[in-house]
Amino acid sequence: MSKMINVENVAKHFTLHNQASMTIPVFEGISFFLNQGECVALTGESGSGKSTFMRMLYANYICNKGSIHIRHNDQLVDIVKADPHQILDVRKRTLGYVSQFLRVIPRVPTIEIVAEPLIALGQDKELAIAKAQDILARLRIPERLWSLSPLTFSGGEQQRVNIARGFIADYPILLLDEPTASLDALNRQTVLDLIEQAKDRGCAILGIFHDQEARDAVCSRTFDVTQFQSA
Amino acid sequence: MTSSNQTRSPEQALLSVKDLAMMYGNRIGCQNISFDLRPGEVLGIVGESGSGKSTLLNCISAQLKPTFGSVSYHTRHDGEQNLFEDMSEPERRFLMRTDWAFVHQNPRDGLRMGVSAGANIGERLMAVGWRHYGNIRDTATDWLGKVEISTERLDDLPSTFSGGMQQRLQIARNLVTAPRLVFMDEPTGGLDVSVQAKLLDLLRGLVQNLGLSVVIVTHDLAVARLLSHRLMVMKSGHVVESGLTDQVLDDPQDPYTQLLVSSILQS
Repeated sequence: MSKMINVENVAKHFTLHNQASMTIPVFEGISFFLNQGECVALTGESGSGKSTFMRMLYANYICNKGSIHIRHNDQLVDIVKADPHQILDVRKRTLGYVSQFLRVIPRVPTIEIVAEPLIALGQDKELAIAKAQDILARLRIPERLWSLSPLTFSGGEQQRVNIARGFIADYPILLLDEPTASLDALNRQTVLDLIEQAKDRGCAILGIFHDQEARDAVCSRTFDVTQFQSA
Repeated sequence: MTSSNQTRSPEQALLSVKDLAMMYGNRIGCQNISFDLRPGEVLGIVGESGSGKSTLLNCISAQLKPTFGSVSYHTRHDGEQNLFEDMSEPERRFLMRTDWAFVHQNPRDGLRMGVSAGANIGERLMAVGWRHYGNIRDTATDWLGKVEISTERLDDLPSTFSGGMQQRLQIARNLVTAPRLVFMDEPTGGLDVSVQAKLLDLLRGLVQNLGLSVVIVTHDLAVARLLSHRLMVMKSGHVVESGLTDQVLDDPQDPYTQLLVSSILQS
């Protein structure tokens, strides 16, 4: 079983220069791995740094210490030391991230936003759009909304657009930040099915799930960040 | 990161800036600037007014000769050329109207207000040797459509256009010769929000479909986030922080960047 993510001894703190240079320690000494085909739940109380840890894996937050290796094109890339071009390439081909927020250019139709990761990978535009239609339909976004910008959608709909965008490209690794948070039972089940399918094709998944039932349904183990909290 | 003697691959820089400084007498315009821009990459330069963003943009687009340092561009035929040492003024001018484009904040600076919209687009084509009137007119019409201006306005003067339309016309005029590198100075500044959204959408589509490399100066962090891959934050003529756009904006390390990011109003 090959390791897709290998984290060694990482630490994170925030320094607020404009507020008396206050330093806020988050955690230290985290080591963690994620194998191909498994889904691991990131746990810990609110404010313990789950999302921060996930953002460090996505190289959205800077890592102050240690290494984070990501398997990318069959090589291990240390995302802590990688230059921006490498990080962008890792994100484009290997590492998908479903955040809790949808950030898009106003006016761009939902269907294009969902198809975009595939088009960026060089897939034929028509095929990409067809696949986007499939996944949007599966997530019960009504067809009449596909040509509109998701910025006018409800919270739950925006969440599902984010999920569609995250699952469309069959990334080898997925980071999911509360993917089922604002969804009704039917849609929640669809997301859990998508996760199961991704696991079956060998995708390695790290997720934050506040919903215990969802977590138990798809995760084979949990990883608690609370134990690494800085004193 | 790159060396000048290799053949160009996607990893190689299109534009390479080393230790650039621009002094206005004793005053620093910008200093110690080094970066590479790769094909297809969008680099955002942010910072407040007077931070040296526009000075830097003018230096790297060969409109101002820097006091120190070098700017090299990977030309189509002669490989990497130092703009101010290897190239003559006519060669630089040729580059500016063919391979490069410059989108000004004020469309009046980038358009000829006394000739029609079609002529504004056609002029750049004629500058690269187009002579057939019918072809020029067809291409101009095509580009008006691409920037979402009604083709009925082809023969109208830009002065009869709204600010947003003028800006889109400027973009059409600039992109018609299929440049590889586009410099933009606050392209969405001075436009109202709905027009700005339309322009952002248009720009991003063009950048993606044409594989353009772009250096975009803006003071609007939201614009920078949506358009650029990498960011450089400038203050008092220096780059205080640079990196991946979302990293710089979501986890800023420098005191000034932190101030800038925390000063955004939530809507």
